[in-house]
This record gives sequence, C-alpha cells and structure tokens, in this order.
Amino acid sequence: MTTVLTVAALTVREATRRRVVLALGVLTVALVGLSVLGFSRLAGESLTSGEARLVASILLNLVMFGFSLVAALGTAFLAGPTLAGETESGTALAMLARPVRRSAFLLGKTLGLVAFGSGFVVLAGLAEVVVVGLTVDYWPPSPVAALVLLGAQTAVLLTLTVLLSTVVSPMASGVVAVGLFCTTWVAGVVGAIGGSLGNEAVERVGSVSRILLPTDGLWRGAMNAFQDPGALTAFGGADEGAGAFPFLSVAPLTPVYLGYTALWVVMVWALAALAYGRKDL
Amino acid sequence: MAGLPPAPAAWCSGLRKRYRRRTAVHDVSFEVGRGEVVGLLGPNGAGKTTVIKMLLGLVRPDGGEALLLGRPAAEPAARTDVGYLPELFRYQPWLTPTEVLALHVRLAGAAVPEAERKECLATVGLAGRGDDRVGGFSKGMQQRLGLAVALVARPRFVVLDEPTSALDPLGRADVRDVVLDLRARGVAVLLNSHLIGEVERVCDRVVVLDRGRVAAAGTLAELLGQRELRLHLTGLTAPALERLARTGEVHREGDWLTVAVPADDEATAPELVRDLVGLGVSVHAVEPVRMSLEDRLLGILRAGAADREEQS
Repeated sequence: MTTVLTVAALTVREATRRRVVLALGVLTVALVGLSVLGFSRLAGESLTSGEARLVASILLNLVMFGFSLVAALGTAFLAGPTLAGETESGTALAMLARPVRRSAFLLGKTLGLVAFGSGFVVLAGLAEVVVVGLTVDYWPPSPVAALVLLGAQTAVLLTLTVLLSTVVSPMASGVVAVGLFCTTWVAGVVGAIGGSLGNEAVERVGSVSRILLPTDGLWRGAMNAFQDPGALTAFGGADEGAGAFPFLSVAPLTPVYLGYTALWVVMVWALAALAYGRKDL
Repeated sequence: MAGLPPAPAAWCSGLRKRYRRRTAVHDVSFEVGRGEVVGLLGPNGAGKTTVIKMLLGLVRPDGGEALLLGRPAAEPAARTDVGYLPELFRYQPWLTPTEVLALHVRLAGAAVPEAERKECLATVGLAGRGDDRVGGFSKGMQQRLGLAVALVARPRFVVLDEPTSALDPLGRADVRDVVLDLRARGVAVLLNSHLIGEVERVCDRVVVLDRGRVAAAGTLAELLGQRELRLHLTGLTAPALERLARTGEVHREGDWLTVAVPADDEATAPELVRDLVGLGVSVHAVEPVRMSLEDRLLGILRAGAADREEQS
C-alpha cells in the first residue's frame, strides 16, 4: 500500500512540476472566462425562460465536451511519458529494483493519473456549472452524477492509455488513446443518427463502440444529467430528431452499463498489470 | 538452520535468456559471497547487464535460478537490502536529489534519517547540491546521484553497472573509495566495469563473461596465476630452445624471449637459468613479468574466439 500511495503522490507531483497543472489551470480559466462572457450575453437576449434553458443546456454540454477533450488529451499525453517514457529512459529501472511489486507500481501510477485527470475535469466542470447557474440561472438536474460520470470517462480513457503504455512507445500510446476516444465519440453520434432514422445497422455502430470503449457511453450519461429534461421535447422527442443532435442525450445510463464499465476498467487494468509484470526492462 | 553460514549475497545457476533469435545469456552460474567484491568483466554484448537485470528481477530469465540474499530473485522482498546503480541511469529531472533519495528510502521501506541521507549525498560529492533540480545536472553528476541512490537504504548487497562511465578521473577514484568502504563494512558488491584496472584494484574475485557464457571465474590470484620470464639470451642452440619450450609457451623477438612459468613454483626460474648456462647459452638479463588482468582477459577472450573458429 505504501508503494501505491508513494507512486500515486509522485505522479501527481510530476504533473504539478512539469507545469501540466498550470497549463490546464490557465486553459480552464480561459474557457470558463469565455463562457462567462457568452452566457452573460445570452442572459441579455430577449428569450423566453424555456428557450434560455434550452440554449444554456446545450451550450453547457458543449463546454463540458471541451473540458473532457482537454482532459483526454492532457492525460493521454501525460500517461505515455510517465509510464512508457520512464521505462524507455531507464528511470523505472532504479525504482523497480526496489522491493516493490510491478502491479503496485502500476496501480500507483494509474491512481495518480486518475486523481489528476478526473480531478481536473470535475473541478473545471463544477466551475462551469456555477458560472452557468449564476449567469443564466440554469442548474442541471443532476450535477453531481454528471460530474462523477465525466470523471469516470477520464478514468476509463486513462486505463486504456495505461494498457497501451505498457506495450507501445509513449508517443504511440497517446496518439492511439486520443484517436480511439475521438473515434468512439464519432461512432456514438453516427449511432444516434441511425437511431433517430430508425436504421438499426447504423445504430449498432454506436452500441458496439460504447461496449468496446465506454468513454462515449459515460459521456452520454453525463450529458443527460447536465441537460434540461425539456430539451429533448423541444427537438421533437427522444425517438425523433433529438437523438441525432450531438450535444443531447436521450436516456440516462443504466446500472447494468455502469457495472459493465466498472468491469471493463478492472479487466483492462488487469491486462495492463499482466503485460507490465512480464515486461523485460 | 541455526549455525549455518548466511546465504550468499547473490547466487545464480544456469541462467538463460533469449531475445527473439539471439541468445543473450547461455547457462551462467556464479556466486557473490557476503562482504565480497566481485567484478563482472567481458566485451560489449557479453550479457553482463542482462545477467544483472535477471538477478534484480528486471528481466525474466528463460531458465535457471537466481537467489538474492537467500531469497528467490523473482520475489520483490529479495531486493529489500539491495542497492542498484543501472548502466542506463536516469532520475526524475523534476525532483531534487534530496527528494530522489527520500523516494527511494520510502520504496525500500527503510527508515533512514535525513542527516544520513545528506551524508550519503556528501559521500558521492553532491554536498550542497541537494536542493537543485536533477534536470540541470550533468551526466557525471547524475551518475553520482545514482551511486547515492544505490547506497542510501543501507544495503547489504550493491550492484554497480558501469558506475564510472560518465565520471572524470576524480570521480572514478571516488567510486573506488566507495567500493573499498563498502567492502570494509562487509557489504557485498557486484561491479560491472570496462575499466579493468579499477576491477583489479578493488575486486576479490572476477567472473569473465563472453558471448553469454562464463569464460573464466576465480580470485585474482587464480586468474593471474601465470607469470612470465623475459630473458635476453645469445648463443641459443636447438637443445636450449627445447629446454625453454619444456618450461612453457615461448615468444621470441630477436634475442629477447618471453616464457610462461607457473606462479607458485619458485624453483622454475633459477633451474631454467642454470640449465641454459649449462647448454652454453649466454644469459644477459632475466626479468620476471606479472601478467595483468587486462592481458589475462584478452587471452581468455582470444582463446574463446579461436575455439569457436576451430569448431566452425
């Protein structure tokens, strides 16, 4: 346990010392500042309360997508150097020659990265929720669940990056992880369009991608918890055009899918631990 | 178990490792006794670093057994009292040396007071640099830090893989002092170095690896057991040359001849000189020559290469 906590703390310290925290902080302040400007302008428009809620709801999802993309890029490119990079450069040699289990070392790295990545997305998301609430008086129906799902989405992507970092180079692991994240999101949108058109084959693209990599599934759950329930009706209802809109989600996540996601994380991490344990350094 | 001598600091038997189609290590067995300093020598690609990494659980052997301080090397607990300076040394550039040492003490599960950690930095010549970022260090300073990392958690066995590759002559002398100090404190050391002179000065025993196999092993006295006599002779006759050849291998350069003689036999030289004079040879000079470890190592490696050529 000491190893896990030591390595997790070291990973967070690395993110701080390498100015990743500073860079993300500046980016978050810029994004939140811009949205303050945008939302305060929106409050000045002559919109009905229903229209204002609808626009605020969609814009909130859009900004949150921005945050989750920043978190995905940031953590994917941090996980590569910290794990595969340390192995390549020789930094890991001295540490793993200590009486530590490689799985404990990997768990520490993963927890440090999750604390950092998920922490960022939750804090930035919370700041945005407060900004939207104060400027246009729109408060999401389930902000806590939404932020937890955003954090979970980052954790899922990080688990994948950790697995990739144990088998490929640092650069490749970052590129592949971000590529898969974006592909899954696009597949989710394509699937939703298929669903609204009643085309089962196209709809299945989204379902399959959500099984293979649960980031888009969690993102859709987060969107559902952020958005105004009236937004779906405004777009013609869940079965009509609303599903095809990329920044609206037609249904909350089921406990079965959440359970599957937890299982996915455990399985992929176990695979990473197995690969790392067998790796010749 | 009481009364039994302690298990060796390191022991391996039949270690094998293959990287795809290339066999890096083929049936390597040796031992490092408690408090003993053993040198690992061999040309590039002989498998020295791979053997070290297998001992430390960093590389999985394809076969064979390895024990560290009496415990199977694959168990993390076996490395509790082991210090290691890797050949490829690199430490977190965003930490300070003080933080790097604190990290390693924590990972080792040791309780080393701050004053002792500072003393450790001073031993390797980094006193006063404890709060600088490692990223700004030269290669030599990073290697000195690596040495401090290997020493900080009060090890009973230290593995130094090319510990002076980035050091200046002063740094090399410091490493020599560190190794001698470890030996004086009863800490076992496995030293892999290309600097044969360094090995010769500090090691009790030497293991020579060549192409993944142990080509020779033993104490320096055993390995350097052979001596040579350099003789300046004139009036050499066929019987005199025959007499010289009976003593040992002869190399001739004009009137100067070199003859290999057994080290432990004090009577050989006077008997040979007496016989040569008896055979009418004029003996102008007789110089005993001690074989250096470098010559011995080259001899071992060349003999191995010649054997391989013969077999092919």
